[in-house]
Amino acid sequence: MSNPVIKCESVYKIFGENAKKMLQDSNGNVDAKTFQENGCIVGVNNASFEVSKGEMLVVMGLSGSGKSTLLRCISRLTDATDGKIFIEGQDLLSLKNKELIELRRNKMGMVFQSFALLPHKTVVENIAFPLQIKGIKTEDSISKAMDMVKLVGLDGRENYFPRELSGGQQQRVGIARSLAVEPDIWFLDEPFSALDPLIRKEMQDEFLRLQDKLQKTIMFITHDFDEALKLADRIAIMKDGIIEQLDTPANIVLNPATEYVRKFTEEVPREKVLLIEDVMDPSTTDNLGDLKVLKDEIIENVAEKILTQEKSVAVLDNKNKIVGSINPTKIINTVFGGRKNNN
Amino acid sequence: MEFIKKYPKLFQWLFLLIVFFGLCFAIDVPETYKFIRGQAEFVKDPNQSFYIFLGKEVRYYAFDVFWRLPPLLGWLPIWINDSLFFLMNEWMPIEFWNEDTQEFRTRPLVLQISRNLTAFMTFLIELIREILLGGLETIVVFTSWDWIDKNPWAELPGLPWTIVAAGSAILAYKLSGKGLALFAGLVMVYISIFGQWKPSMQTLSFILVAAPLSFIFGLGLGIAAFKSKRVEKALYPILLVMQTMPQYAVLVPALVLFGVGDQAAVIVTMVVAVPPMILLTILGLRAIPPEVIEAGKMSGCNNWQLMFKVLIPTARRDILIGVNQVIMVCFSMAVISAFIGAKGLGFNLLLALNQLNIGLALEAGLCISLIAILLDKMSLAWANKQTDYFGNLTFFQRNKNILFFAATVIIGIILAYAGTFLFKGSYNYLFEVPHNKGISTADFWNKGVDWIFDTFFVYIKAFNTWLIQDVLQPMRALYLRMPVVATLVLVVGAGYLIGGIRSALVVCGLTLFIALSPWWDRALVTAYMATFGVIVSCIIGFTVGTLCFQNKHSASFMLGVCDIFQTFPSFVYLIPVMMLFGITDTSVLIAVIVYATIPATRYTIEGLRSVPVGLHDAATMSGVNKFQRLTKIEFPLAFPHMMLGLNQTIVFALFMVIIGAFIGTEDLGQYILKALSDKKGAGIGFTLGICVAFIGLIFDNLIRTWVEKRKKHLGIN
Repeated sequence: MSNPVIKCESVYKIFGENAKKMLQDSNGNVDAKTFQENGCIVGVNNASFEVSKGEMLVVMGLSGSGKSTLLRCISRLTDATDGKIFIEGQDLLSLKNKELIELRRNKMGMVFQSFALLPHKTVVENIAFPLQIKGIKTEDSISKAMDMVKLVGLDGRENYFPRELSGGQQQRVGIARSLAVEPDIWFLDEPFSALDPLIRKEMQDEFLRLQDKLQKTIMFITHDFDEALKLADRIAIMKDGIIEQLDTPANIVLNPATEYVRKFTEEVPREKVLLIEDVMDPSTTDNLGDLKVLKDEIIENVAEKILTQEKSVAVLDNKNKIVGSINPTKIINTVFGGRKNNN
Repeated sequence: MEFIKKYPKLFQWLFLLIVFFGLCFAIDVPETYKFIRGQAEFVKDPNQSFYIFLGKEVRYYAFDVFWRLPPLLGWLPIWINDSLFFLMNEWMPIEFWNEDTQEFRTRPLVLQISRNLTAFMTFLIELIREILLGGLETIVVFTSWDWIDKNPWAELPGLPWTIVAAGSAILAYKLSGKGLALFAGLVMVYISIFGQWKPSMQTLSFILVAAPLSFIFGLGLGIAAFKSKRVEKALYPILLVMQTMPQYAVLVPALVLFGVGDQAAVIVTMVVAVPPMILLTILGLRAIPPEVIEAGKMSGCNNWQLMFKVLIPTARRDILIGVNQVIMVCFSMAVISAFIGAKGLGFNLLLALNQLNIGLALEAGLCISLIAILLDKMSLAWANKQTDYFGNLTFFQRNKNILFFAATVIIGIILAYAGTFLFKGSYNYLFEVPHNKGISTADFWNKGVDWIFDTFFVYIKAFNTWLIQDVLQPMRALYLRMPVVATLVLVVGAGYLIGGIRSALVVCGLTLFIALSPWWDRALVTAYMATFGVIVSCIIGFTVGTLCFQNKHSASFMLGVCDIFQTFPSFVYLIPVMMLFGITDTSVLIAVIVYATIPATRYTIEGLRSVPVGLHDAATMSGVNKFQRLTKIEFPLAFPHMMLGLNQTIVFALFMVIIGAFIGTEDLGQYILKALSDKKGAGIGFTLGICVAFIGLIFDNLIRTWVEKRKKHLGIN
């Protein structure tokens, strides 16, 4: 991979008065319990990872797992207790206040769970706000904000106040605001958690459409495992401040690293998540039937066809070259098989 | 025994009461003890003991320490007074250039600062006053008297009342709509027709200076406290004391520091009005969701932008409610600071009350109340106003209010000019209706009072006598009969039972301060009057509140009534009671009861309202009847909030008891009033104010601690 856009090296965030000293004494070996006994709460515990350009990393965890804290360390809304964070090679923690403001004005955008719109500004004013803060002239910022209004499909409502909008519409404003300065890095903190299920699905699709067009580097926080599977390039699962597993959705479903992660994967409908590629047998490429499937099809879409076959089915890559095979038994195993140790 | 185990708290309280009454009976009244009336304590009595501390001689009647503590803090007021005097007249003399005499003069620093401050305030007040009423002082400041003589055109008259009236109507229209505009217009026309224009405008100019300055300082300090824990910690005790400090008491030190007149009054008003503004600013800023602040930061705001573009606009509503509070306090002070020579309606009101001209007092009181209600409604409308967006407005639509105002200015000037011809030789009523040339209803009211007195005198007198002889005197005697040890045990015990050792220590400290001051007896009288007022107010308030709560409309109506009553400057309450009951303790107590019933009623309704709807439904589905629902569900849940109401009731009652000193009482308030006319009164007045504030704080501490515990217990926030 080329230079990562976001790079974390053993980041710790510990709340409490003598957190720094305790962390030094513990030599990087942080045990949440001992810290809690001493009045410190561990938010993030030794997080190291990279996010490359155009990638979407979804951080998933239940409430109190430290996922939001991790995000706030990387956006430097709180200062990490220890560790190093690099944004496009720049050492984030060593930035002076002015440089940090510059960075936020030009490179970062953030969407919040409770939308966090300014109640005294209209939709278009809210979206233009980061631009005006930057010092852009009012007319220019408003016309730019109008483009954003169109992008998120709120045209006609640009002069409404946030209180006059539904939750989904408010979050569209939040998204538009975070995109107004055309940031390279996009932070989303449980953006759809406060929305109704139907609206949430609609917004997720909308979000994927936007990302397809914009190709931002994204850190997306959620407590919803299904949402993580649906959106992520890679998923980081957090518990008690520790990243339990960081991998692609398929690998997490197929090879949960810990018992905790496995619990999440149990209920997942695999045929909807996994691709043919994830379960195919790359070693066998001869003695195949006539049916051919593409390797990046979702299992659900082709399962019926494959199950009618007696022989193994050829798997093609996008250059129509056979890269492996899959037999009906494998499909049945994947969908209905034991949850442990398949593959 | 079973019973005791079931209710351990009840047993503890009973035990405390038994100890208290035991002490009361065990300690006899010393034979030499008598309640010192009037000026008796200034007479040098050989029976008095004395001690000397810090070079100050303190004289007092010595009793058994269980009965009354010696005034070990008696030196404090004298010391404060001397320090103040030293600060003003001797400390750090510095040479200053004097404009008038064109030479250097040596003056102490504090005196010079205070003089500059008052000069600045005078300038601001004069500026507004001269816009409204005409005058030259402001122009002279920038030029000179010679210049005025040479340029007679600069002797501009004030605005004709027609312009001010129309202007306020337009402003009201812009803020709220037709209703308020009509009200504003009517108020102004009323003031003018009834000949109260000049004093009203004087009061208004006073408020237009005091309120914005209080707002700016309050907002600034509130922001500072929000940003820095240290500032907040430093401000907190001051804010706490100021909340329960009677407004009279602030007048006295101000008198020494800033002299008399409107300018001193403005400064005193700021001292009183800034604390609530600070509190509401902090409250508003605290209530901002953290995500909004984060959103601001992520948009790349620097500190300045974050504060003024994100935080303050988001907290706008709370901050503007603070403005509303400030205005209310300003009106209250506009009357009270007439004691230190503020001009305007307050002064007239005070004068009329002094002459027992109830009719005149009523007119002035009505005027000031009307202006207060108007400004209250306007500022609330401002707080609730949201900028609305209307597509593409034409130039006329955008500026119609300004254009209308410009038009009224021209029409007003033309009318006033026409008036000079119309009313040749007499007063120009289209410019200003002079003070004594308006319609006056004073005679009507005075006759009314006389009629009431003639008709109902027997009944009123009988009621009065009964109340004083059979209720008030015994109650007062009982309070004075309390040995100081018993009182301390009761208060500290209550503190311990409610809030543990911490609360006990706090209330013990507060009580000891009063007990060691020379005014323990007076404080007991204040306490007895306040207690009587609070008990009656609570009974009325809780009953009225509960009854009104049964119906949605009556509840809203009652809250509206409370709003309006609260808008009246506190002094105004004295007028009707003096009409009916003359100059007696009864008058004061009835004013106290009326005034203190407001928060009792309001908090009862609000508390009952705050019971969640879900619980209502759950109770209804369990088959309760209305009465059961009230006693089993609503009262227990609303009780903490109602107790906060009790807290407010106590504060209100104390305020009114102290103000009641104007009618003539024998409590701390009377001494504060006396200190106002005493050359060396500053220290006394200030210490007395602290004593009253501490009485309030004792209850405040106990009630708040209890409410917090109870709310935690019930899981409501």
